[in-house]
This record gives sequence, structure tokens and C-alpha cells, in this order.
Amino acid sequence: MQTREIIQDTHREPAAEGVLIEFKDVYKSYGDNKVLNGINFSINKGENLVILGKSGSGKSVTVKCLVGLTKVDSGEIIVFGKDITKLNEDGLNSVRMKIGFLFQSAALYDSMTVRQNLVFTLQHHNKKLTEAQMESYVMDALKNVGLLESIDKFPAELSGGMKKRIGLARALIIQPEIMIYDEPTGGLDTITAREIIDLISEIKIKYKTTSIIITHDLTCAKYNSDRIIVLKDGVVKTEGHFRDIENNTDEWVRSFFEK
Amino acid sequence: MESDLKNSFLLIGSIASFSVRFFREIFKPGFEFKEFIRQCFAVGYRSLPLVTITGFIMGLVLTIQSRPAMSKFGAESWIPSMVSLSLIREIAPVITALICAGRISSGMGAELGSMKVTEQIDAMEVAAINPYRYLVITRTMATTLMIPILVFYADLIGIMGGFVGISMHSGGNLQHYFSTVFDSLEYEDILPATIKTFFFGFFIGIIGCYEGFNASGGTASVGKAANSAVVSASLSIFIIDMIAVQLTDLFF
Repeated sequence: MQTREIIQDTHREPAAEGVLIEFKDVYKSYGDNKVLNGINFSINKGENLVILGKSGSGKSVTVKCLVGLTKVDSGEIIVFGKDITKLNEDGLNSVRMKIGFLFQSAALYDSMTVRQNLVFTLQHHNKKLTEAQMESYVMDALKNVGLLESIDKFPAELSGGMKKRIGLARALIIQPEIMIYDEPTGGLDTITAREIIDLISEIKIKYKTTSIIITHDLTCAKYNSDRIIVLKDGVVKTEGHFRDIENNTDEWVRSFFEK
Repeated sequence: MESDLKNSFLLIGSIASFSVRFFREIFKPGFEFKEFIRQCFAVGYRSLPLVTITGFIMGLVLTIQSRPAMSKFGAESWIPSMVSLSLIREIAPVITALICAGRISSGMGAELGSMKVTEQIDAMEVAAINPYRYLVITRTMATTLMIPILVFYADLIGIMGGFVGISMHSGGNLQHYFSTVFDSLEYEDILPATIKTFFFGFFIGIIGCYEGFNASGGTASVGKAANSAVVSASLSIFIIDMIAVQLTDLFF
């Protein structure tokens, strides 16, 4: 109940502290399949942006381009004032160090325990940390997602929801300025999905992150968004607050809200 | 037929490009030493039982099979020299490398393929960790270093197998056997055979990693990566062996 109040409280106007991420005419094709077709949008610092769209609309490719996992065909992606499409590997890594990414499958390293998953990420970001400091960071991160008791378990021993939480802890341990959530509630039951939605809201308050959330889940979009953009055929079809999208008269946009 | 040939050349080109990246990355600072040691343990120590059994059988069978032919020429006393030379120059390096291609290369293909399709490699990249350095450099370095050691070990076990083979028929003196074996060995028998095992090791590692790293699609691609890794690594072992034999013939 308490976390539900937090959610209501965070659903507010985005903090207008300037643009942190900007896509300018970004194109990406795989062979003849044009996935991104000149996409344009920006995200302000401290804002939670939800990207809605049907399968194949280019949502995942958009965020993969943002972190440099996929190279764009043309266009600019400005992050922290730098065009990441023109950065070399070192430059790209310096940007990536400020970004946390929760994958749809959580993408935990199978061969490592939960502790090792977190330590591995942490020690590659800050080689000067002592064992004790790392342990303290790991404990804090796991406490934040409520899974301290799973510290010595392997990913195969965790449920889908637990994996997502550990994935979140791993992303947050580097204290990112930008968080990217790829289908955070995908494949989860309603109750676990609601817990993840609560957690995203808590993260925004605690870590003051700017977030991009890719989702099909309208509950997640409703509670976690400051603004929503809807993608269709690799371009932004419409954007606005959840209530604006909900009241949109366009038949295609309305189809998201039909049961 | 034409498209198969084209695909084969494309595969060779891709593996060559993947290997060139190895030499570019290895000299950059930040070697993942802990992971390298872990891989050396996995590749070297964990292969010991398999290499012990196959090495022993190689020596034993070679001795038993060659006895009738050698007896016809009254050359039974040459069996220790023949067995040791055959093992050290050709049989132990190739058989050990093939066994390791089956065990290690397929394992790497499957492990990295699984990491690829479950986005674990992407997760490393997004976390600013170079997956090539962490996964490929360490594994390929481990196989390059461990395969020659395993081959030396297989040589020794194979020679012991040869002694058992001789003892079964005519009884034997271990000291006399080893004295005959080492008397027949020359510097040029050991050096070329050792050099080629480093190449075997390198290609076992790099091909396993290449197949895993380039797995795409669903879980079916993991099995395909493991299978392709064994086939390509085994083929590369025979090709390297053929080149090594030609070069040895020229220079030694």
C-alpha cells in the first residue's frame, strides 16, 4: 500500500532540466526491412519515457542503438551532449558507464552467483574498490531489490521475477544516470509485475535516474511514465501523457487500450 | 555447389577477421588474468582424465598392432623407438588435439552461443565490459598454452602404454625401455611437433569462440554453434598438420 502511494506521487510532470537524450532522424534497416525510419524524439533529464509499440515497431532496436549495441545507418543520437554514433569504443564505453540496462530476460551471467554477477560489473567500473567496499555495494544493491537472501544463488535457482530484480540490482550498482528497461514486466505474473512497477518508481526517487521503459504493459506505462511515445513502422506515431494517449481518437492508437 | 564454396570462403574470411582482432586486442592493457587462470584449469586440468585414457590406449594399441609386422623383419627391438617417434611426431599431437576439439571447442561454442542468444554478451557490452577480451582472449590464450602441455602429457602416457604393450608379450625392463626411447629421440623430432601444437591450441580456442560469438537466433543456434565448432576445429587441425609436415620436411 505504501509503495502504491509512492507510485501515485511519482506520476508527475517531468523535471525540465534540459535534454539528456536526443534522437535525430535515425534510420536503421536489416536488409530490406526498414526498422527505424527517421525517428525523432528527446528525453529530458529526470524524465521517465515509456516507448509503446507493437512487435516489430522498432522499440528494442531504438534502445540498442542508444547504447551502441546496434549501429545506425544514418542520423544522430545525442547522449550527455555527445553523438554516440560517432564515438570510438572508448568514448562509447565512457557513456555506457552512466547507463544501466535491464534486459527482457535479465541476462544474468549463468556461470556466476548473484554476488559474482554484481561484483563482476562493479569491479570493471571501479578497479580501485576494495573487497570490503564491493561487498558493501553488493549488499546495498540487493537490499534495494529485497533479495539479500539470494546472494549465493545461481541464476538457474531464481524465478523470473527474482531474475529481473537481480538484473535491476546489477544495473543499479554502478549508480547510472540513465536506466533503460526492456519489457520489465514481460513474462511475469500480475503480482510480480506490480512489484517490478513499484520498484521502478522507487528507483526513480532514490537514484534520480532518467529512464526509458519499453513495454506492452499498460499498467506499467500508466504508473511509470512521465511521457509516452508510440512507435509505428519505425517513427513516432504520437506522444503525450498517458491520459492523452488513452483519449487519442486515432483507431490504431486506440487499439492498445482495447481488451 | 557454387554457394557452398562461397559460404566456405566467407567462413574462412570471417574466422581470419575474428583472429586478427585477437592480435589487436591482446596487446591492449587490462588482461583478464583471473578468467585466464580459470580457463586454463577448465581446459587443462579437466581434460586430464580423457587425455590419460586416450594417450595410454594410443601407445598400447600402436605397440600391439605393430608387433606382428616388426617381428616378420626381426625388428622387435625397434618397437620402443618406433612407438615413441610415431607418438611424439604425429599421433599424440593430432589425436589429443582432436579430442580437445571435441571437448573444448564444442564446449566453448555452446557456452558462448548460449550467452549470445540469452543477451549475456550484450549485457557485458552495455556494462562497458569488452566481451571479446573477457571471453575470447582468455579462452584462446588458455587453449594455446594448455594444448601443448596436454600433448606432452599424452606423449608420456602413450610411451607408458607402449611399455605395457611390450611387457604383455615379452616382459620388460622399464629402465631399458626408456633408455631405448630417449636414445632414438632427436631434437628435430620434438621441436616441430611442439610448435604445431600451439597452432592446434590457438585454432581450437578461436574457432570455438567464433562459432559461439556468432550464434544467432534461438536455442537451436547453440547446438549448431557447438557442432560447427567441432567440425571446423577438427578440419583446421588436419590442415595445420599437413602444412606443418611439409614445413618440417623442408627445414628439418
